[in-house]
Amino acid sequence: MSASSAFIDEKGGSASEPEYGHDPASGGIFSSDYKRHDDLKEMLDSNKDSLKLEAMKRIVAMIARGKNASDLFPAVVKNVACKNIEVKKLVYVYLVRYAEEQQDLALLSISTFQRGLKDPNQLIRASALRVLSSIRVTIIVPIMMLAIKEAASDMSPYVRKTAAHAIPKLHSLDPDQKDQLIEVIEKLLADKTTLVAGSVVMAFEEVCPDRIDLIHKNYRKLCNLLIDVEEWGQVVIINMLTRYARTQFLNPNINESLLEENSEKAFYASDDEEEEDKKDEVAPLAKRKPYVMDPDHRLLLRNTKPLLQSRNAAVVMAVAQLYFHLAPKAEVGIIAKALVRLMRSHSEVQYVVLQNVATMSIKRRGMFEPYLKSFYIRSTDPTQIKILKLEVLTNLANETNISTILREFQTYIKSMDKDFVAASIQAIGRCATNIGEVRDTCLNGLVQLLSNRDELVVAESVVVIKKLLQMQPEQHSDIIKHMAKLIDNIQVPMARASILWLIGEYCEHVPKIAPDVLRNMAKTFTNEEDIVKLQIINLAAKLYLTNSKQTKLLTQYVLNLAKYDQNYDIRDRARFIRQLIVPTDKSGALSKYAKKLFLALKPAPVLESTFKDRDHFQLGSLSHLLNAKAGGYQELPDWPESAPDPSVRNVEVKDSIPDWSKCTSRKDRKEKKAEKPFYSDSDGESGPTESADSESDSGSGSESASASDESGSGSESGEETESEEEEEDEEEEKKKKRKKHLDKTKAKKPVEESTESEQSSGSEERKRGRKAVKNQKSASESESESESSESGDESEDESEEESESDTDIRKKKTPVSKQPPKQSKKESKKETQEMSLLDLDDFEPAPASAPVTPVNFMSSSLVSDLEGLSLTDTILAPTTITPSGSIKMYELLHRITGEGLAVEYCFSRQPFSPDPNMVAVQIQFTNNTNSETKNLHIEEPRLQCGMRIREFAEIDVLSAGESVTVVMGIDFCDSTQAANFQLCTHTRKFFASIQPPVGELMTPVFLTENDFKKEQGKLMGMNEISEKLTLGEKCVNEHVIVERVTATANLSRVPCGSDKECRFAGKTVSSGCLVLVTVSTKEGGRAQLTVNCEKMLIGTMLVKDIMQALSQ
Amino acid sequence: MIHSLFLVNASGDIFLEKHWKSVVSRSVCDYFFEALERATEPENVPPVISTPHHYLINVLRHRIYFVAVIQSEVPPLFVIEFLHRVVDTFQDYFGVCTEAAIKDNVVVVYELLEEMLDNGFPLATESNILKELIKPPTILRTVVNTITGSTNVGEQLPTGQLSVVPWRRTGVKYTNNEAYFDVIEEIDAIIDKSGSTITAEIQGVIDACVKLTGMPDLTLSFMNPRLLDDVSFHPCVRFKRWEAERILSFIPPDGNFRLLSYHVSSQNLVAIPVYVKHNISFREGSSQGRFELTLGPKQTMGKAVESVLVSSQLPRGVLNANLNPSQGTYTFDPVTKLLSWDVGKINPQKLPSLKGSMSLQAGASKPDENPTINIQLKIQQLAISGLKVNRLDMYGEKYKPFKGIKYMTKAGKFQVRT
Repeated sequence: MSASSAFIDEKGGSASEPEYGHDPASGGIFSSDYKRHDDLKEMLDSNKDSLKLEAMKRIVAMIARGKNASDLFPAVVKNVACKNIEVKKLVYVYLVRYAEEQQDLALLSISTFQRGLKDPNQLIRASALRVLSSIRVTIIVPIMMLAIKEAASDMSPYVRKTAAHAIPKLHSLDPDQKDQLIEVIEKLLADKTTLVAGSVVMAFEEVCPDRIDLIHKNYRKLCNLLIDVEEWGQVVIINMLTRYARTQFLNPNINESLLEENSEKAFYASDDEEEEDKKDEVAPLAKRKPYVMDPDHRLLLRNTKPLLQSRNAAVVMAVAQLYFHLAPKAEVGIIAKALVRLMRSHSEVQYVVLQNVATMSIKRRGMFEPYLKSFYIRSTDPTQIKILKLEVLTNLANETNISTILREFQTYIKSMDKDFVAASIQAIGRCATNIGEVRDTCLNGLVQLLSNRDELVVAESVVVIKKLLQMQPEQHSDIIKHMAKLIDNIQVPMARASILWLIGEYCEHVPKIAPDVLRNMAKTFTNEEDIVKLQIINLAAKLYLTNSKQTKLLTQYVLNLAKYDQNYDIRDRARFIRQLIVPTDKSGALSKYAKKLFLALKPAPVLESTFKDRDHFQLGSLSHLLNAKAGGYQELPDWPESAPDPSVRNVEVKDSIPDWSKCTSRKDRKEKKAEKPFYSDSDGESGPTESADSESDSGSGSESASASDESGSGSESGEETESEEEEEDEEEEKKKKRKKHLDKTKAKKPVEESTESEQSSGSEERKRGRKAVKNQKSASESESESESSESGDESEDESEEESESDTDIRKKKTPVSKQPPKQSKKESKKETQEMSLLDLDDFEPAPASAPVTPVNFMSSSLVSDLEGLSLTDTILAPTTITPSGSIKMYELLHRITGEGLAVEYCFSRQPFSPDPNMVAVQIQFTNNTNSETKNLHIEEPRLQCGMRIREFAEIDVLSAGESVTVVMGIDFCDSTQAANFQLCTHTRKFFASIQPPVGELMTPVFLTENDFKKEQGKLMGMNEISEKLTLGEKCVNEHVIVERVTATANLSRVPCGSDKECRFAGKTVSSGCLVLVTVSTKEGGRAQLTVNCEKMLIGTMLVKDIMQALSQ
Repeated sequence: MIHSLFLVNASGDIFLEKHWKSVVSRSVCDYFFEALERATEPENVPPVISTPHHYLINVLRHRIYFVAVIQSEVPPLFVIEFLHRVVDTFQDYFGVCTEAAIKDNVVVVYELLEEMLDNGFPLATESNILKELIKPPTILRTVVNTITGSTNVGEQLPTGQLSVVPWRRTGVKYTNNEAYFDVIEEIDAIIDKSGSTITAEIQGVIDACVKLTGMPDLTLSFMNPRLLDDVSFHPCVRFKRWEAERILSFIPPDGNFRLLSYHVSSQNLVAIPVYVKHNISFREGSSQGRFELTLGPKQTMGKAVESVLVSSQLPRGVLNANLNPSQGTYTFDPVTKLLSWDVGKINPQKLPSLKGSMSLQAGASKPDENPTINIQLKIQQLAISGLKVNRLDMYGEKYKPFKGIKYMTKAGKFQVRT
């Protein structure tokens, strides 16, 4: 509302402006302007935010209408640090608009942005960077550079995205920074978040589109991320990848030309090289085809295909052009359907799509033939659309469909839109020239049009007929005669000129009429248009040569008229022709050839589409649309080595690999290995990701070899054996094998042990001793399972007793280590039982090692017992004893606010027996007052939809100084939203709320390595989140990592064949979705974290939490 | 990418400008005005205009030209699609996208444009994200804001920006949880003089209005998914699931959105719901023409044909039409020569007809073109392709939502040639 009033204000202002204009001398324009802005300045200077806002809104309204508000700069810039966020934003808008003009004053605002860059709120950091980079003040280039570099390694991907956006800004401001900016681009290209990918490729395209080498390392990642990138980023990435692929891969259609020429030779010649490159040949050998598509080429095609289904026309077009330029002929067809779909969109979209379809339909007519009817023209289409559709229809015309197309054309000719009718006639002409069978029909139809009332139609027909007649003039002298008659009526110069030319050219077919026409034309010569005059001279010359008897005088007359024409072209022509045809003494040798010159057989014109050969521009580009190179257009490179040479393929492999990596040969090998999945299985769902992983690994340095080995050792082992055939790599292969073998045995050990442990249920002693070895590998799932069944039984038992003495039993049920004296005898009896239970399995050290651990029935004494034992063990890993304190206590009610009642809670990680879908929350009440607290219970739970609470039974009495622990169950529905309720005592009610960390929303699941891989394979794409991180200083070994991860999230470890990788599995408590976590470590404290979970939100939050835990 | 944006109204005035890089003088629009003058119809302005230093890409929506200024190579569809997205956003925010609405909300418009593009590259175009950054103006909020001094601008990064489901914001709460889906199909057809179908196809969309708490995960399955020949999805739809099982599985955005648009495979015969009997003739030499039109239902699956509107562009030579409708009303604009007849519902017992005479310019020869007839219509509770939603399930949340599916058939570009 205020904005609208501002606008009206401005309107009033502008209405009175002309008045100033009348009298500029009085200086009224300045004074009044000054006055008007004066009140704005006052408002800006006031200390009321609402006034400032009002003023800023009016100023922005002025800017929007293009009014100059630059004189307010000092007043506005002062408010850059305003607390009110909307004022601030509007000030930013103002700054970005005017800073360029007032550079010095703009510098005043810089410090605010610099401060903003350090703000804990990522939105503020990002917007500070945005404005800082947008204000285009050259002095601050170094500051911008610094800010960009810093933001490029910001925690928040949103800030990193903003950094990517800032790169082209800085580049346009100061191109000298290019080298440094390229470094930042290189860094950001390695970023794995989808948010950044689109923006950084955009920056790449603007700053250094020729640095194709930067893409190599990121190529597969970009392909794999593509589907999750936001749509605008997709367009940019696809266009860039199209160019990239053109430089790196072979022409997939090279086959067709090759096959025709010398496929045999090609095949044999390549034999010797195949040796080297055998694995490349495995698949194709069977099919006996000389061309093999690079698997990365295939990856690109496969990953872009689903995007044809995008709602965004630009994305669809981008994929379409990618397929058109890169796909084998047989596959290009799939884009037709999507492009035809776009024709339902807005007319501007139609316009662009039709232009591209027109170009495509020339090259690949078959593709759009099934959709012929979609290009039929409706009377309501805008003219430009109609003409483009006509173009496409003409391109699609062939012998089989020409009759239906011509029938359509017939209706078009009757349209009211004359431009369109003219285009239709030309289209008919083109069909007639291209398809010989219908030439006569078309010609007849066009001749009929000559009697049309509309002169434009007739004229256009004449022009087209002229072109058609040139093809076979002998049979059509009657048509020429007919046209000669028309010349009296037709006024359109082009048509008149065409008729005259026809008569002149074929004057021998119409010997009687031609001179008469010339006679008539000579009469009107002076009034004709220039093109007609030229044709009259032409006609005269030709007649003079063939029939000089009748036309000599006429010709002289015409030439004389032309000699004094106003147009010098015509004068020139007349002079030239006179010299040529009229034999004089001086006339040179040329006149002998005059007849040959004038009446030479002229080749029939080829009627071509204007869209022919436009495909040398990248389709979908602005340059293609304009058929002219636009600024900044990147040429689509030709395929490398396009010559049909049999060795091309092999050369390409050699060529491309050094290109690819520019580094160790080791890496090449890895590259190849990553490719393998494509050969071995066509579906290759896991293939691309696998390879993408090893790709990123390789980026991280020399150590990476082992990382890739490791990934190979697992699921890819089948392929490994295949690759052993490789001769050149044999040596290395062997080495690798050996190493792998080692890895395997290493990996096997814990697995064996754990299985063993499950079998041997007896001796506690042995188990305890061994505990230290594999504590971290604990198959905690089995443990917790058995426990859960146990505790379930117990609680059932107990619930029977419950009625007898509530408090007592509750204490029993959830004894907290803090109050060991509370443990009854009965418990201690159970405790032994429990101990043996624990010992049956590897028991999880995390809860046990924590002294405060609230694990059921495990007194702290037991814990210390166990610890004591383990301490004696020599193989003991140091981690076992570190009391990680992984189970955190959270405060529900502080002692003071609770008036003496302190309540803490923790997530005990025990299954909640009454309802497996609930998370068990253990609550500890401590009464710090001097009096009893009675009737502790929960009331009025206010929950998000779907969430449920199972309350603990009421605590009757809590005497002074006592503590009691209860367990309640909450079904959080797999969300981290808080459960709110009221805690009531007999006197008071307290508001309380429990918010679970995401890690507590899951329970461990036991999976084998294979199961894990299988499940992981199902949770790809959107369900997979991968992050790189640097491990914290304390994360020295695997044990710490395992501990940290299990402390953060309630997961169990999955046995794994490698010591570089830790895997964890769990499922969400409420819905049972699998949660898979992989931490693979690399040298230098770096690691990669991957979380696969169908619930993407949980996945994202979990990644965040684990990252934090690991990087501490 | 996009340098500047100019908004031009029907009378050729620039009423808003926004620059994302250095300021481009508004005189660049002169090239656009030239093209505008050359074009006979407003929609005939070429979408891409080349000028010596810039390229102008424009779209026309709601009688406003959105002219984007480009300096270097960029896919034209990228810009066109973005401009349409801007218009959609304005419509979403202000209900309508007219010159008046934009002028009234000029500050919000400016804030939106600032968020949607950064340095000419799209930044946030999802309506859910934008609405968290800049709250749509409502009367209530304006009043509250003026009193409390709070702002329309969000202080936190929208939750969607960072999540893998950027189209949905977190913390959505509703007391009534409901999900409505409208299956709307349009018939595009060209019928020739004799009444036979030249081309006919069905295009459909599923528009959704989802107001559900939390993070619901919905699946929608069809009885006959094979009907769908070509589909395009909202980004929320999981493509793999569709490929494998032909089930739409998605976490929906909050509010209104288009879930799916589809094309029904062309092998299926398209049912044409109405037929037209026409007799439009001009006699040589006379200044009168005859006009007769009768509509009747054809294949309507027993449903009533409603909201029928017939329009036709009569030849230029027609001066006036004196017609007599058996039902509904007709208008004839002597300037544009546009005849439109609002028929309403078709009663199969008493077919609607429009008969009468046209007066032609005296002395002019008979027009040789015959007008085409455009028909609009609606059929409720019917998807003409026979597409049926099988079931809609929700996972991830525990409450029971209210679900509703509505079917409707419309005529799209339905033309009868005479």
